[in-house]
Amino acid sequence: MNAFKGFVKKEFKQIYRDKRTLLVLFGMPVIMMILFGFAIRNEIQSAEVAVLDLSKDSMTAELIQKIESNPSFDITHYLQAYNEVEPLFQKGNVKAVLIFENNFEQKMVRHSSAKIQMVTDATDPNLARLLQAYTSSIVQDFSDDLNPEISIEQAGLSPEIRMMYNPELRSVNLFVPGLIAVILMLISALMTSISITREKEMGNMEILLVSPLKPYQIIIGKVLPYLVLSLVNVFTILLLAIFVFEVPFEGSFILFFAESILFILTALSLGVFISAVANNQQTAMMVSLAGLLLPTVLLSGFIFPISSMPQVLQWISHIIPAKWFLEIVRSIMLKGGGISVLWFQTAILVVITLLFMGLSMKRFNVRLQ
Amino acid sequence: MNNVVEISEVSKSYEDVKALKEISFEVEKGELFGLIGPDGAGKTTLFRILTTLLVPDSGEAKVLGMDVVENYREIRPILGYMPGRFSLYQDLSVEENIRFFASVFGTTLEENYDLVKPIYQQLEPFKNRLAGALSGGMKQKLALSCALIHKPELLILDEPTTGVDAVSRKEFWEMLHLLKHQGITILASTPYMDEADQCDRVALMQNGKILKISTPDEVAQSFSSTLYGIRSKHRFQLIQVLREYQYVKSVQPFGESVHYADHRNDPDTDDILRYLSTHGVEDAEIKKIDSNIEDTFMELMQQEESHA
Repeated sequence: MNAFKGFVKKEFKQIYRDKRTLLVLFGMPVIMMILFGFAIRNEIQSAEVAVLDLSKDSMTAELIQKIESNPSFDITHYLQAYNEVEPLFQKGNVKAVLIFENNFEQKMVRHSSAKIQMVTDATDPNLARLLQAYTSSIVQDFSDDLNPEISIEQAGLSPEIRMMYNPELRSVNLFVPGLIAVILMLISALMTSISITREKEMGNMEILLVSPLKPYQIIIGKVLPYLVLSLVNVFTILLLAIFVFEVPFEGSFILFFAESILFILTALSLGVFISAVANNQQTAMMVSLAGLLLPTVLLSGFIFPISSMPQVLQWISHIIPAKWFLEIVRSIMLKGGGISVLWFQTAILVVITLLFMGLSMKRFNVRLQ
Repeated sequence: MNNVVEISEVSKSYEDVKALKEISFEVEKGELFGLIGPDGAGKTTLFRILTTLLVPDSGEAKVLGMDVVENYREIRPILGYMPGRFSLYQDLSVEENIRFFASVFGTTLEENYDLVKPIYQQLEPFKNRLAGALSGGMKQKLALSCALIHKPELLILDEPTTGVDAVSRKEFWEMLHLLKHQGITILASTPYMDEADQCDRVALMQNGKILKISTPDEVAQSFSSTLYGIRSKHRFQLIQVLREYQYVKSVQPFGESVHYADHRNDPDTDDILRYLSTHGVEDAEIKKIDSNIEDTFMELMQQEESHA
């Protein structure tokens, strides 16, 4: 047991001594969090919008004011005629133009229906779609307030959209779970695989193998420091998310940390497996980056929704641990999901972890070669 | 049981390269045994089999009567192994390295301090220096201390003096003698012939085969012909001309002189000098000399190559 303790102590010392790596390990989550939180956003913030009010009655005025007061919109131009719309788009000054038909209020009262046309600059399709969604939800609100009875009796079908769990469609809420997954993969899998292959490459493994240390002690000793580091990082990200970005946390912290530890173990087992297969640090790094990190970023649903991927990639996404972890964390944080709804995803992670732990124990050679 | 190491008919191949070809030898208890041969002779492979890190393709290897394949768990703790490459942790200090290896082998520096003291004492002034910042000789001393820290019964050193300056090499061998007197069996490899004299017995290795096993003196004396040392200022020309001589058997440059042997039982030195001067080497001096290990080794290697 003393041998094992000595080994773990040595691991911590080596990590602690490599100040540059340490800085990256602790700095990266913070930097990534700030980047994703502030710079890279999907939601709209004061998008420039023009208004062409052909009616100019009290109802359109009220509606325009309502839109103006929404932080997502910034009404920069008030147009007088339809032919002004096109040149404005050409100059790229506005992202959308709202056009109220004439006699708006009159039509609303008489037919309880009036038309608003929305023209959007679809060179940025995401933005255009979001602007549409925002506007229709504002208009919906307005017409609900206007006359509840009317709106119920309204003829024709108009969808009533309600964004649950993330009503403002804040991207931070979505990125935080993904970010946790990416960082855990990076630290747990990449760092362990590099650290184990380094022992091989430098020839230290020869002595370690000849020592009374058992293979599982070497593996656990290698893995333990990174488990601790990863947990610290999960904690940092969570604190930043909750206190700086005000991401809601609906579920149980204990479940969240338990699932995080499970995912860290998954990543660690992958890292150990890679190091059992790779013979030098460079291979280990390439395999970890290409085989683990890229899929975690691209195929887990972190940035691109899985449902809009081609069928083949959707199948592949099922074997990516981060996909399941993302579902778990999003559910815990945003929906307050408990283990009763998350047992399936948890079970998959457990299976993947056990599989790779078993494989790497088997592959871990008690000899060279 | 007097043999610490017993190897019989051990062979090992890597893909299509035969690294070891049916090697057999024994190392007695308390012996300082040297394995001498050029790079690629199979020394490291042999050591890795003995340290249970590789499994032989055929044959049997035993350490203290235990089989290296079946009883590897029992063998490992009683071995002290110093691999060819410096394999200590460069980012840990001298003291941290030795304490780490002590703890991994279930002991402490204090417990076995007496054993490593003669070596470790020289390192103690630098005990807070990172191992990566040590000189070559210092690194090897540290590696030796680390291999010794658990009081092994057999010390296996793979080219411990490669890349080390002449003074440190000498010191290193002095330490091995000290350890030998404490009863530790030592098996060391080296590519340097001049280190053979430091060993009780040596095995000359070449291309995965052992050419000869004996005491250094016997090896040196087993040279098959009379050996002459020939000196001249025109060394290059001397070698060229000698190789064309009708009775020539071997010509080897050796330090400042050239070692020469020929096919006659009792060579005529005057005839050699005459031959040399007619071919432009006029200042040659010739005298009979004793053969050394390198002469024998060169001879054995040549025989081996002509057989193959």
